[in-house]
Amino acid sequence: MDDGTHGQRQRLPMLLGIALDGAGWHAAAWREPGVVADRLFSAGHWVDLARRADAAGFEFLTLEDGLGLQAQPWNAVAGRTDRVAGRLDAALVAARIAPVTSRIGLVPATSVTHTEPFHLSKSIATLDFVSRGRAGWRPQVSPRPAEAAHFGRRTMAAELTDAAVTELLDEAGDAVEVVRRLWDSWEDDAEIRDVATGRFIDRDRLHCVDFEGRFFSVRGPSITPRPPQGQPVVLALAHARVDGRSPSSLVPRSDDSSAAVRFAVRSADVVAITPADAVQLRELLDLVAQESAAAGRTAPLRVVADLVVLLDGPDGEPAAERRARLDAADGSPLVSDAAIMAGSAAELTDRLTQWWGSGVDGFRLRPAVLPDDLDTLARSVLPELARRGLRTDPAPGTLRDHLGLARPENRYRSTVDEGVPA
Amino acid sequence: MTQPRPRKQVHLAAHFPGVNNTTVWSDPASGSQIEFDSFVRFAQDAEAARFDFLFLAEGLRLREQHGRIYDLDVVGRPDTFTVLAALAGVTERIGLTGTINSTFNEPYEVARQFASLDHLSDGRSAWNVVTSWDAFTGENFRRGGYLGQDQRYERARLFLDAVTTLVDSWPEHAVVADQAAGRFLAEADPGRFTISDSQFDIAGHFDVPRSPQGRPVIFQAGDSDAGRDFAAASADAIFTRHGTLEAGQAFTADIRARLTRFGRPRDAVKVLPATTFAIADTDAEAHELAAGIRLQQVSPATAIMLAEQLWNRDLSDLDPEGPLPDVDPIVGESTVAQGRASVRMVTDQLETAQRWRAAAAEHGWNLRRTVAEMGNRQHLIGSPATVADLIERYVDSDACDGFILVPHLVPGGLQAFTETVVPLLQERGVHRTEYEGTTLREHLGLAPLQRPAGRRTA
Repeated sequence: MDDGTHGQRQRLPMLLGIALDGAGWHAAAWREPGVVADRLFSAGHWVDLARRADAAGFEFLTLEDGLGLQAQPWNAVAGRTDRVAGRLDAALVAARIAPVTSRIGLVPATSVTHTEPFHLSKSIATLDFVSRGRAGWRPQVSPRPAEAAHFGRRTMAAELTDAAVTELLDEAGDAVEVVRRLWDSWEDDAEIRDVATGRFIDRDRLHCVDFEGRFFSVRGPSITPRPPQGQPVVLALAHARVDGRSPSSLVPRSDDSSAAVRFAVRSADVVAITPADAVQLRELLDLVAQESAAAGRTAPLRVVADLVVLLDGPDGEPAAERRARLDAADGSPLVSDAAIMAGSAAELTDRLTQWWGSGVDGFRLRPAVLPDDLDTLARSVLPELARRGLRTDPAPGTLRDHLGLARPENRYRSTVDEGVPA
Repeated sequence: MTQPRPRKQVHLAAHFPGVNNTTVWSDPASGSQIEFDSFVRFAQDAEAARFDFLFLAEGLRLREQHGRIYDLDVVGRPDTFTVLAALAGVTERIGLTGTINSTFNEPYEVARQFASLDHLSDGRSAWNVVTSWDAFTGENFRRGGYLGQDQRYERARLFLDAVTTLVDSWPEHAVVADQAAGRFLAEADPGRFTISDSQFDIAGHFDVPRSPQGRPVIFQAGDSDAGRDFAAASADAIFTRHGTLEAGQAFTADIRARLTRFGRPRDAVKVLPATTFAIADTDAEAHELAAGIRLQQVSPATAIMLAEQLWNRDLSDLDPEGPLPDVDPIVGESTVAQGRASVRMVTDQLETAQRWRAAAAEHGWNLRRTVAEMGNRQHLIGSPATVADLIERYVDSDACDGFILVPHLVPGGLQAFTETVVPLLQERGVHRTEYEGTTLREHLGLAPLQRPAGRRTA
């Protein structure tokens, strides 16, 4: 069976996602003329970005979130006034933009550390209903002590140990397992509206999930029927430790970068990796393949590489100058857990084509400034990739359709013959 | 010559009915309870009629009876916050009210969600604060059924206080967004808070700037003494069950008196009963229609189930077309039905059963008919003019400030009201033809928020 990773068999077209956060991924993005900085918390801002991304033909967009103020470094508390502070709840932004988009997948991030899996399950299932099958979900761990203090139920150390990371990822794995079981807890045809017997549902097609784990237990069934996709798409971000330059100031330090990959192999449909260069890309693809084999995973796991993209400005300002200007405005150079591609649209297109050759399934692009870099991608990059025959715009359909993922069977599906009561 | 007193305006809202027998799912005109299109249609009908808000309830666990999932009524509903956020995208002015419980949630998360919904709807969010406490529901949550029943109002009060503190934590103009000067925030450390009480020990920074309304409009539904005090202290509107004009006047007067005790203006809380309706060309036809709907809502099987909920016993041997049970209800916590708030609202089971018996005897009704007639009845029954008269009379005599309409069919059931009664109310000058304000606070005629608002004590 074609698993879509770097084999020589028939490949899917290149997948492209766009990562949305605030005014963009450069800390000084909010100061750019094209940004209406005081509208970052309005529906209008998000509707505008979503429409542009939808029209451009991205397979999906992701929405960042957290349970506290943005902070650099990750375990500090915010103190600056010159950077964007604050966010809207990503799952609700996704729901708000669902009716005004038609093809693009909607993948909000949510914490799984301080939240109720039962609420997450029905929230993403409902996103799938309001978007007609375009919902995804990025389960995210919350390692920050400041965020734990907002809930008052557990404390987290300022210095994150590997054991703590492992525990957070184990908890995340359990949360995703519960959410997936709850998505399946209604069989597709549970609603019968049988007037003759007066039954709205066939209760034998509803199932308790009876999850008992280290961190929580959940009985079920869900209160929400099985979503249109059956299982909305789960995307996991697996940070890599970059040899020679640890991104530890930005993300929890872990000497075991495979822990996050193992979480993705256990729990996700898509994994976003953060290679520093083409060499590390191949290493990470190998790591994903190894961990998949070790876990006995046979279902496809799509792999996309994250890239921060900082392109030539809307008025032709060369990317290098633009980057320097933005860095100067912020007072610090742009750093990221992902590789930073600063260059022209043509250079980015070539880079994507080159990395595509390594066998990655696609990319999740993080625009330095929104909407400027998104517009450049839409105008000059996606059409060129199509012209080169590497991808086409997604056809109408679900997010699983866009990603070439089959709609899964319900794990609880009755094995009883039709007409014979269980 | 003095100006005539402006007519007291009628506040109207619409409740999307779901998982109880109000909804007649078996009718061919009944649509989906889960597809988004149903909610869009419902919301747009309500907005076209210039309703103040639409209202969604909440689900935390599927209802059971005798330990098995209850399958006679609608089962299944979408997530409340998610649907409201999506409906913000297909409406422009109508308020978006959701029931969110204060037990199986944390204030930081709920505060983010309401602040976000308020931003995403340009100031149309509202929160019906409810409590839950039973271990049955708790089995779906990592926090479990950990709350004693007597603590639920305290937690609700402290939960609401915490959310209020959080959504108030960003000053009005904290986001400066001065691009030239490089100042996004007026001051560093926005959203600082510390909350320490019997329920919560949390501190840090709230991460959502102040939203257009500042706070969600607060609804409360509760007939008990504690519930009424909660509403008078903290709410902007109170749901209530519909009753006679006199009962409504007494209830409203009681709320107004409590408001005065809490130092709030007498009109600070809008009283809004929920009511079903049956409208036809003539009053007689409407009463026939209503009776027919009641029988649709109470099938023979449903009659047994509802009787069991009141009697708190297994009545599966009874014939729905036969007489009422000759035994008394078992008084106390329900052992029959799980996850059903309505069961807890019948405070005197023996008295209710007596009334049912008396009515059955007087009219010669069998069990099914008794349940249909004595259970939830429509209150707005008649021709459009009759219903409009009734609404006006209730509002003019201070029995309430308006009504929350609950259709028995979705998504189109609201139209029977919006297309016939609403135009009459508009003609009479007691209901708007256009929205004037943009926020739900404005639609409800609530006074602007005073900031900072301290905790109110009686």
